[in-house]
Amino acid sequence: MKQIIKGGRVIDPANNLDKPLDILIEHGIIAAIGKDIVDEEAEIINAANKIVVPGLIDMHVHLREPGQEAKEDFYSGTRAAAAGGFTRIATMPNTSPSVDNAALIRSLQKQAADTGIVHVEIIGALTKGQQGQELAEVGDMAAAGAVAFSDDGHYVQRAKVLLNGLDYLRAFDKVIINHDEESSLVEDGSMNEGHRSAMLGMKGRPTVAEDIAVARDIMLAEYAEARVHVAHISSARAIDLVRQAKKRGVKVTAEVTPHHLTMTEDCVDLTDSATKVNPPLRTKADIEAVLAGLKDGTIDAIVTDHSPHAEEEKDREYALAPSGFPGLETAIGVLLTDLYHTGKLDLMTLISKMTAEPSRIFALDGGTLATGTPADITLLDLNHEWVVDPSDFYTRGTHSPFAGRKLKGRAVLTMVSGRVVMRDGKIID
Amino acid sequence: MGKSNVSLRGKHILGLEDFTPDEIEMVLLTAREMKNIIHRDIKKVPALRGKSIVTLFYEPSTRTRSSFETAGKYLGADVVNITAGTSSIVKGESLRDTLLTVEAMGFDAIVMRHKEEGAAAYAAKVVSHPVIVNAGDGAHAHPSQGLLNLFTLLDHKGHLKGLKVAIIGDILYSRVARSDIQGMRKMGIEVHLAGPRTLLPRFLAEEPGIFVHDRIEEAIEGADAINVLRIQLERQKAGLFPSRREYARIFGLNQERLKLAKPDALVLHPGPMNKGLEISPDIAYGNQSVIQELVENGVAIRMALLTLILTGGKNREADH
Repeated sequence: MKQIIKGGRVIDPANNLDKPLDILIEHGIIAAIGKDIVDEEAEIINAANKIVVPGLIDMHVHLREPGQEAKEDFYSGTRAAAAGGFTRIATMPNTSPSVDNAALIRSLQKQAADTGIVHVEIIGALTKGQQGQELAEVGDMAAAGAVAFSDDGHYVQRAKVLLNGLDYLRAFDKVIINHDEESSLVEDGSMNEGHRSAMLGMKGRPTVAEDIAVARDIMLAEYAEARVHVAHISSARAIDLVRQAKKRGVKVTAEVTPHHLTMTEDCVDLTDSATKVNPPLRTKADIEAVLAGLKDGTIDAIVTDHSPHAEEEKDREYALAPSGFPGLETAIGVLLTDLYHTGKLDLMTLISKMTAEPSRIFALDGGTLATGTPADITLLDLNHEWVVDPSDFYTRGTHSPFAGRKLKGRAVLTMVSGRVVMRDGKIID
Repeated sequence: MGKSNVSLRGKHILGLEDFTPDEIEMVLLTAREMKNIIHRDIKKVPALRGKSIVTLFYEPSTRTRSSFETAGKYLGADVVNITAGTSSIVKGESLRDTLLTVEAMGFDAIVMRHKEEGAAAYAAKVVSHPVIVNAGDGAHAHPSQGLLNLFTLLDHKGHLKGLKVAIIGDILYSRVARSDIQGMRKMGIEVHLAGPRTLLPRFLAEEPGIFVHDRIEEAIEGADAINVLRIQLERQKAGLFPSRREYARIFGLNQERLKLAKPDALVLHPGPMNKGLEISPDIAYGNQSVIQELVENGVAIRMALLTLILTGGKNREADH
């Protein structure tokens, strides 16, 4: 079984490659990459006028299994991923129960193999039940294949618990991903603390909550000489803390979401909880700082923080609705529209943050188009214009803050280990 | 006054940020006429005969709910009251489903109070026929209270533009403060806020006409009116101020502080009062207090609002 992806512009940040090239795939492995590859037996995939990139990697999604299948499961979530051009996603453990032991890791791996259509990495809980008190069996989970550890959704409030995790995990070379918002400063706030929240009377989540959490994590990682990864960074001051830490050699990495790159608190509409998310949508100054951090390498990766909820959970009073919204199917369109087409970010950097960089942070074997690696490949059409309509989504999540937006650019083909799982936005089962 | 094109008919009353100065003036003018009706021996006019109003209260309330009910009844409307404790809400019915149930019964207006900010705006999106009147949504807005405060100021001062009003106390959690700020700024009133910093939201004074002070004396100085807000006891338990005693000493309105205001300054309080905490009893019942008057004016304002949103107040304009 051979395929040739022919006539596309190949961008592979891992190899600093941006050229019109063909890719030959044999038995799901990239066999050759070069000019005008000819092979009579191969099926031709026409990539003329398309961008050919390594399959996109999203190192932060919520597939909701086990226990919250009304929101999402591996079947729907991996189809949403494929529709959005992602070939590999890492799912967070804040489920019910939390994914905090090796047996659950293995059962989810099996579930992914049975029902999923893209690669799924499992992130284990850092603490038992994500309660922030005692370390979960992280060594056991690492041996079972957990890709990283996180109490995402919750801040690890006790510094000693995080320090224990950082120390203990050094033996397994796995990174801790932290949701950084100091709990007592955010409580049950629903939006950024700023002029808008003040006028609306809404409880706010101040940037200082994120700043001091990031500062503490950097200090602890530095002290333990261990790795820490800051999830969905959103505050200008926190980004600067990461920048300074990286300069002095602290092993800290950071990720940002499309919404924190493109939307502000001004988008909050209390009649629609679609914009409710943690950390909250911030200000214009924060957006600018996030973009600057992405460009200068302070922020390593772009993730969606895909957080679907059931319709009836989101369609209610803003403060009572759960935080988060689906992002897998809108991410590349939003990023191409608001960052690439506006000239704010070049394609090589953008693709790197969604392929090579997450692969490096998780020490995966993907994120590149190098020969001999699995053929996880995504084709992008930079000029495809479309309108976001949640009723077209493969995810079960409905409320998207991007609903109704006109976007330019999307993934038009997703290949996972040589198998085409999405073509022109439609899943091929 | 060029207001022939101003109409509130069918308009959801969610917050004063949605009002133009002309619309506010129209409500105040209409309320003046309504106040005359309240003073009649027979307090019943047929303006809203055949209309039905439901009050849907998710939070306890005495004066606001009964004020709306009285307003509706003086105007001849049928008024039904639903309170959270005695309805399907305790069985876990969602706000959406309760609203749709109420709508299906054919009510023309839903007067709603809810503990979450934006709940009234959400309700306005859920229903198609009834007009929503926000009787308080969390700390966001209490538009009829903001309007009755304006009405009372206008009644005493003869004008609104250029007045200086101090609002003191728990601004952070106060929907009354926010409706005052929105309404007063629209009408050209300078608003001075003061209280413990723990009860003042950050980032409030980013717009012209809003001033925030650390000490209430600074806010009161030269004020034409002082609106004293109720202090909830939960705030002390949450550590936002050390004790009732200290609050009363440093942030309570007493005679000495009142003297800093203009001699004819009015004292307002949305009630219910904690006398001896945020306000001393002699001021609450003193000759500068308009606290009882606010209650009467509240009925007049609510009569005006209900008439204007349900009929457009056409009859009134025809009289002129």
